[in-house]
Amino acid sequence: MSGAVLARGLLVAAVVAVLGIASPALAQDAKAADISVEIDGDYGPHMPPAVYAHDYARKGDLLIEILHYFMLLLFGGWGIFFVYCLFRFRQRPGHQAHSAPVKASVSKWLEIGVAVFEGALLIGLSIPVWAEVKNQLPTEEENPMRVRVVAEQFAWNFHYSGPDGIFGKAAPQHIDMATNVLGIDPDDPNGQDDLTSGELHFPVGRKVIAEITSKDVIHSFSVQVLRVKQDAIPGMRIPVWFEAAKAGNYEVACAQLCGNNHYSMKALMAIHETQAEFDSWFETAYEEANAEFEELD
Amino acid sequence: MSDDHHHAEMSYWRKYVFSIDHKVIGIQYAVTGLCFLFFGFCLMMLMRWQLAYPGREIPLIGKLLSESIAPGGVMLPEFYNALGAMHGTIMVFMGVVPIVVGGFGNYVMPLQIGAPDMAFPKLNMASYWVFFVGGVVMLISFFVPGGAANSGWTSYPPLSNIATAGQTAWLCGMVCLITSSLLGSVNFIVTIVHLRAKGLTMFRLPFFVWAQLVTSFLLLLAFPPLEAAGILQLMDRLADTSFFMPEGLVISGEIKQVAGGGSPLLWQHLFWFLAHPEVYVLILPGMGMVAEVIANNTRKPLWGYRAMVYSTIFLGFMSFIVWAHHMFMTGMGTNISAFFATTTMIISIPSVIILTALVISLYNGAIRFTVPMLFALAFLPMFAIGGLTGLPLGLPASDIHLHDTYYVIGHFHYVVAPGTIFAIFAGIYYWFPKATGRCMDVALGKLHFFLSFIFINIVFAPMFWQGLAGVSRRLYDQTVYAHGEAVQGLTIMSSWGAWLLGLAQVPFFINFFISIRWGKKVTDNPWDATTLEWSAPSPPPHGNFTVEPVVYRGPYEYSVPGADKDFFPQSAAAEA
Amino acid sequence: MTTNLLPYTVKPHPITEMYSGKFGMWLFLASEVMLFGALFSAFILLKVTAPMEGAAAWPTHEEAHLSWKIGAFNTLVLILSSVTMVFAWAALKGGDLAKGKKYLAATLVLAIVFLVVKILMEYIPHINHGYVPSTSVFFGLYYTMTGLHGLHIVGGIVVIGYFLGPGAALYHENPEYYTNRIECTGLYWHFVDLVWIFLFPTIYLMN
Repeated sequence: MSGAVLARGLLVAAVVAVLGIASPALAQDAKAADISVEIDGDYGPHMPPAVYAHDYARKGDLLIEILHYFMLLLFGGWGIFFVYCLFRFRQRPGHQAHSAPVKASVSKWLEIGVAVFEGALLIGLSIPVWAEVKNQLPTEEENPMRVRVVAEQFAWNFHYSGPDGIFGKAAPQHIDMATNVLGIDPDDPNGQDDLTSGELHFPVGRKVIAEITSKDVIHSFSVQVLRVKQDAIPGMRIPVWFEAAKAGNYEVACAQLCGNNHYSMKALMAIHETQAEFDSWFETAYEEANAEFEELD
Repeated sequence: MSDDHHHAEMSYWRKYVFSIDHKVIGIQYAVTGLCFLFFGFCLMMLMRWQLAYPGREIPLIGKLLSESIAPGGVMLPEFYNALGAMHGTIMVFMGVVPIVVGGFGNYVMPLQIGAPDMAFPKLNMASYWVFFVGGVVMLISFFVPGGAANSGWTSYPPLSNIATAGQTAWLCGMVCLITSSLLGSVNFIVTIVHLRAKGLTMFRLPFFVWAQLVTSFLLLLAFPPLEAAGILQLMDRLADTSFFMPEGLVISGEIKQVAGGGSPLLWQHLFWFLAHPEVYVLILPGMGMVAEVIANNTRKPLWGYRAMVYSTIFLGFMSFIVWAHHMFMTGMGTNISAFFATTTMIISIPSVIILTALVISLYNGAIRFTVPMLFALAFLPMFAIGGLTGLPLGLPASDIHLHDTYYVIGHFHYVVAPGTIFAIFAGIYYWFPKATGRCMDVALGKLHFFLSFIFINIVFAPMFWQGLAGVSRRLYDQTVYAHGEAVQGLTIMSSWGAWLLGLAQVPFFINFFISIRWGKKVTDNPWDATTLEWSAPSPPPHGNFTVEPVVYRGPYEYSVPGADKDFFPQSAAAEA
Repeated sequence: MTTNLLPYTVKPHPITEMYSGKFGMWLFLASEVMLFGALFSAFILLKVTAPMEGAAAWPTHEEAHLSWKIGAFNTLVLILSSVTMVFAWAALKGGDLAKGKKYLAATLVLAIVFLVVKILMEYIPHINHGYVPSTSVFFGLYYTMTGLHGLHIVGGIVVIGYFLGPGAALYHENPEYYTNRIECTGLYWHFVDLVWIFLFPTIYLMN
């Protein structure tokens, strides 16, 4: 796309961002996080920045790239033949159509070649990559960080298990939209050190296992820069895993229509340079959350 | 054969409104369908304002919209979502399918097989009126409290379960539309098998008829599961059952008081079991129309007719076993996703065969660039783009990034919009002389074509880049995200393309209506075509043929060596 | 009327060896198989994914409060009604309108018995005990599947009633045409019977 179009678009977008978007707060729907930090990365009419370290994302991007070259090649070749026919065989004085069928063994071999190539991509890339996504969750030796991602209308909730590494049990009856959105059982000792935050934080170089679920309707946990996407289905808890290669602030989006404020259901994903930085964020966030809790008491 | 004495006794109502003549019913379907199509298009033009200029007052009509959907002329997200859900629903179920199956199928197919009417004329009429009622219910749903359905045309629960009353109206409308399609498909299959003229064997049928036959089987067998799903969702919404509601749902802080134990994925399976064959319902009749126009305007037989027929049958069969490629991101394991990815790759083969056959059909032809041919030719590369862009979506590994993004919207619109809808225009310009005895103006037709072709690409091409950039579907305002804001220019481009595309239809409307009354009169066979409908008068009377047709040869005997004309109609007796 | 011009309304077509109405009915029944098949599939999916205990667990046979004896009785009633339906058609094929109408009436009565037993001895007691569709997924399926089946029975009753009443005049105009329509109604009726033969073990006996 031309730079002029992009520039115009960015200008309009900037005006809109300045004016702000009024999203009516409906009943007790959770409000989307107000991200005031600047988002890192160079975005435009191309694949988003590659912040991922996990291999399946790289292979997925490779598959997209190969496919597009393949598609261009097919369309180009086919298109040239098509345009050639339009010119060469247009009706004009002295030109006759020939009804005898042409032998088109070229097309038969091309057809077979296309099918074989598709099969190769399927068996050689897509199926192994999907197996990596689904079956190669980080083992305990790799010391992954676990986080529970609980979607709701219209916010992302990230449930950290805290220093003890055990998630407190949650149940709907404990839910308080002001103080305990996930309904963590206050009597469960494992839940005492848990943190529920509207932001996803984790350090570079450490694998993360995110268990995705929803409180109400189907949402979809989508992180463009990590090439991660998983539907958040109520009643199911589905794990995804990923790892970041560099630090920065990025966005989590919702990729399944979930109601009126589906469009504004974004969350900040802050990737810390080191585990220590993450730990210090966690401590601060934990203290702030508990201070609020005590204030409300 | 014609029973004019009966006709003189028939009231206006029996003759034009409650007619059991397939031609009247076909025109009813086509005109009603075109009205709905245009309405669905208007909904989209409205949406595109919000997309291009989020939060700004809609010009001209903003003030006319009520405060409950667009306060101060700025549409609310719930209204945007309603427009989106209804645009999809209306275009698919009330626009395209009624036009290509109910309209063209009903009008042309019996003529092409030499039949006096459909096998069950009264059932045919009933099918139309049930469709009409369903359409009205869908339109009325805009005015129920809470507005029209707004959970996507896919209506995924639990969102659709807890949606406002418009969703119930949507379900009731769907029951009517599905019933209409089921009754129609029975009619089509029996007609094609039983009522062919003497000498018209199955492999002498025009490809259009084969396409309608397979389409009807798809409608017959794929729609009932959606009807079942609709019944289950109606029970969930009206009787508080939990077919799609798992335990422990908390909506807006309140625990949902239902028994629980249901499965949201159950809806998805039932829905997509229909909706995937449905997309082949959307494309096959269009391919049929394009094939007819191409054969006629290359003055030679279609290349690979048998391959096309076998591919169509195989495609129909395969379409039942690919549905879960719409569900790759629902937590699917490796075995099931491998199965569906494989069947999806396999199903691309017959589509490619059909497209290739149509292109090779141009080779050695004498191509006439008539208006229908322009649309039919444009269909080919447009469908190719649509089909090719399905590949990254059909493989789970690449689908991770592209699922539920604008890439998907670009993919399916390319197949349906510059695909099927161009095929519809080709069909209208082609068969207009048969239905009216007059032809449409050529200059206006060419203007309509060139403008539409340019603008439709401006609307949909940018969407692939937006999808690659990661912009999600169904976003009231994509500039909320950094990656969305960065490509907002493409959104604006698509929107202007859409509005200009709307304007580009004006020459078509003018042409269509003026030509009905004042178009140039033409002979019964102005295109010098070979298929049976062209040997009937224009327009055909009741009973269609003045002489019972007998078929002597295949459907595309053009440029037969040694013949004095470059076409040999199917029913013309051989020279002595 | 163009219907007079249509071939194969009574004479069978060489390829399908059926007259058009019968072919159409078989196609319609194929779509009905898909409809009930979808509901049976839903039943299986929901049963298999249901939690083993808790509020959303499926009821045991006792907890379901369904009497297999009543279900078995209704199954016999429907099978018998299919038999009388065949006898009706056979009588009409043999040219005996009176006998045909007697057997049609028997079919009608048996259909009504089925519905009466269903409503009076099953639905109403269940509702009075608080077992309504929203009670659980199992009861939701029970009411929906038997309810849809019941609607199909009502449809059959309406059609058979029509052919016993005002529709019988067609026999005098065109006996073969009338007999064919009874045959098609019979096909539909056998299908409705067949659905019940699957419903009965699935709902009453599977737990």
